[in-house]
Amino acid sequence: MELLSGNEAIAQGAWEAGASIGVGYPGTPSTETLEAFAKKDDVYAEWCPNEKVALEVGIGASAAGKRVLATMKHVGVNVAADPLFTLAYTGVNGGLVLLAADDPGMHSSQNEQDSRFYALAARIPSMDPSDSQEALDFTRNAYELSERFDLPVIIRSTVRISHAKTPVETGKRMSYTLKPYEKDASKWVMMPAYAKGRRTSLDGRNDELKAYVNECPYNRIEMRDSDIGIICSGAVYEYVRDALPHASVLKLGITWPLPENILREFEEQVDTLYCIDEASDYLSSQIKALGINLADTPQALPIAGELSARAIALAFDSAVPTSYDAESNLPARPPALCAGCPHRLVFKELSRARCIVTGDIGCYTLGALPPLSALDSTVCMGASISMAHGFELALENTEHAPVVGVIGDSTFAHSGITSLLNTVYNQGSGTVCILDNRTTGMTGHQGNPVNGKTLQERISRELNLEQLIEALGVEHIQTVNPNDAQATRAAIKEAIEATDALSVIIFRSPCVLLRDSFTPSAPYTVNASCTSCGACISLGCPALAKDPDTGAASIMADMCVGCGQCAQYCKFEAIEQTQGGLR
Amino acid sequence: METVKEMRVLLAGVGGQGTILAADLLAKVAIASGLKVKLSEIHGMSQRGGAVTTVVNMGEEVHSMVISEGEADYLLAFETTEALRNIQFLREGGKLYVNNTQIKPLPVLTGKAMMPSNVEMRLKSYGAHLLDAESLASQAGSNKTANVVLLGALSTGLPFAQDIWEEQIRLKVPEHTIDINIAAFHLGRESVSA
Repeated sequence: MELLSGNEAIAQGAWEAGASIGVGYPGTPSTETLEAFAKKDDVYAEWCPNEKVALEVGIGASAAGKRVLATMKHVGVNVAADPLFTLAYTGVNGGLVLLAADDPGMHSSQNEQDSRFYALAARIPSMDPSDSQEALDFTRNAYELSERFDLPVIIRSTVRISHAKTPVETGKRMSYTLKPYEKDASKWVMMPAYAKGRRTSLDGRNDELKAYVNECPYNRIEMRDSDIGIICSGAVYEYVRDALPHASVLKLGITWPLPENILREFEEQVDTLYCIDEASDYLSSQIKALGINLADTPQALPIAGELSARAIALAFDSAVPTSYDAESNLPARPPALCAGCPHRLVFKELSRARCIVTGDIGCYTLGALPPLSALDSTVCMGASISMAHGFELALENTEHAPVVGVIGDSTFAHSGITSLLNTVYNQGSGTVCILDNRTTGMTGHQGNPVNGKTLQERISRELNLEQLIEALGVEHIQTVNPNDAQATRAAIKEAIEATDALSVIIFRSPCVLLRDSFTPSAPYTVNASCTSCGACISLGCPALAKDPDTGAASIMADMCVGCGQCAQYCKFEAIEQTQGGLR
Repeated sequence: METVKEMRVLLAGVGGQGTILAADLLAKVAIASGLKVKLSEIHGMSQRGGAVTTVVNMGEEVHSMVISEGEADYLLAFETTEALRNIQFLREGGKLYVNNTQIKPLPVLTGKAMMPSNVEMRLKSYGAHLLDAESLASQAGSNKTANVVLLGALSTGLPFAQDIWEEQIRLKVPEHTIDINIAAFHLGRESVSA
């Protein structure tokens, strides 16, 4: 018995099924799946620049006859949606399983979309595990289903499945030999003439699948009291069992296609039928579409955010534990850019220059929070650059603040390159800042094409950003050390003053959490010359504190990494480095 | 072990304090004691110095992997503000162990918010046991063992045998730090019985 997270269990299940190719792009809560898979014996795994590329690599490997694991977060499936829909037509050769990890409650995401709608729209099976054992078993068996029905299979997880550790019995790896690849244009070349045939084929495969889900072991009726029947899946099943221990439950392990016969059977067996879903009406809307009546819960369930046993108990007027009142007047503790984050000053200077700043996904989203408050927008991977172009188009011929797109290195490689290409192609202007911290920071320091580090530490090469951007046709390119306040300010000034040109500034300095490329220096300290002006405090560094009474600044030596950014903002020479050299 | 009712532990702290490591050790002790366990944590954005919580639910049958208001039998807080922030999750009469230290969040550091006042008194009104985990950890030989000190305090309220705790600590920590960690665990235990 091992304690595995859902993500680790999915990796284990894929490995046990003989999968030997893993592809993906990091994204919370999916990231650890591919990392765990990559550490296993006899597998090849790679991070790709984005999820579309990852899935396409996976489709190629599947066509060639290997079993494939593709992993991504829910919004990553949006990026991979183009190949995904047509993959339903082509089908697979070696089994292909796609982890789509949803984030109800938006712990680390920009929306809380439900990936099962992709299963419905693309007409591919979706499996919802409720704990790590099911995550392992479902994933392992999903490969058989994938090959049997000639379809990719989505393992749809949520944050409480992916990031909860529960006991798991693991098994042995089955031997899987390469399935022979045979050239078959009618299956793999999706031009209209062949796609029409595959569309008909998909209908047939879906019909077989719809029959199968009524007999499969994954959908089960648990009869208890017959007065209440609850249809649910995934983490919600566990909450229902705690909240309504006497209720009968139809636990759906496959959530597309729905098992129509089992649903009707369950409807007959219970007096009142409910469906409980989390941050989504996926299940209830699809069940109602079958003409099955669902009752409203006595009290409304929350529509947005995560569910819990308590929320379900309250919806059924069941008793919940009494609790202490929440304490009020506590200071918020939002996440913050790290002490010494090399890109703090870029946000500071953009804020000072009163720019319109279109932001992007990753650590640098934190530049939106006070006191930096530097961002105007964050939408999706790569949108900083294309939205900046849109702002420039709309504001053309008006007097407007300088428009600046800000994007990290991994995000630029993910989908910023095509955006920049568009701005060049359409002769757009404005400024793009690429904050190159030599890693994919927020998701836990994965390799990417810019830093040239690969998932299984195979030899690679670093992308030369300057050469790439020059080749795209950008004429104004600067490379700047963002720890240097004057250089940062001057570079931004030069770029935004060139109003008719497109400028790119590459701010390059390693993430302070990268042990192999960042070495902390001796901490700084504040001397008696401090006038309490607050200039350093306005940087929002977690190592700097303002005295609530005197307003004087102080530096917490145990948090300071010695970057010296704050000292450059002190006009009174009150911030100086302590002796002692390197730590 | 006799039939065990489900026990729910909420660990609350600040990103980077080692709550996940402590939760992992606790979960392993529960498994070694024959219980089913679900451990739930959140990765990603909040780890950048934000407030973090980790849940360990243990028993012969465990469904939920999260804890709602009034459901925690134990709240182990790595910082006093985070103890107060999570107090509504503790059931009335539940046990509260708090590392008596304050970590100022960014809004306080920048002068936009104040730290809570009368923290010790407020925590004691919930029956908190306060301990100075960092100094006990230093006393044990390394200030990095504060989370094990806190587990030692928590262990006094849990039905797990001491030798199972010690065995799991041995399996979990680097070999040259085993003695320091076991000393830290005992200092935490003694701080409660004292």
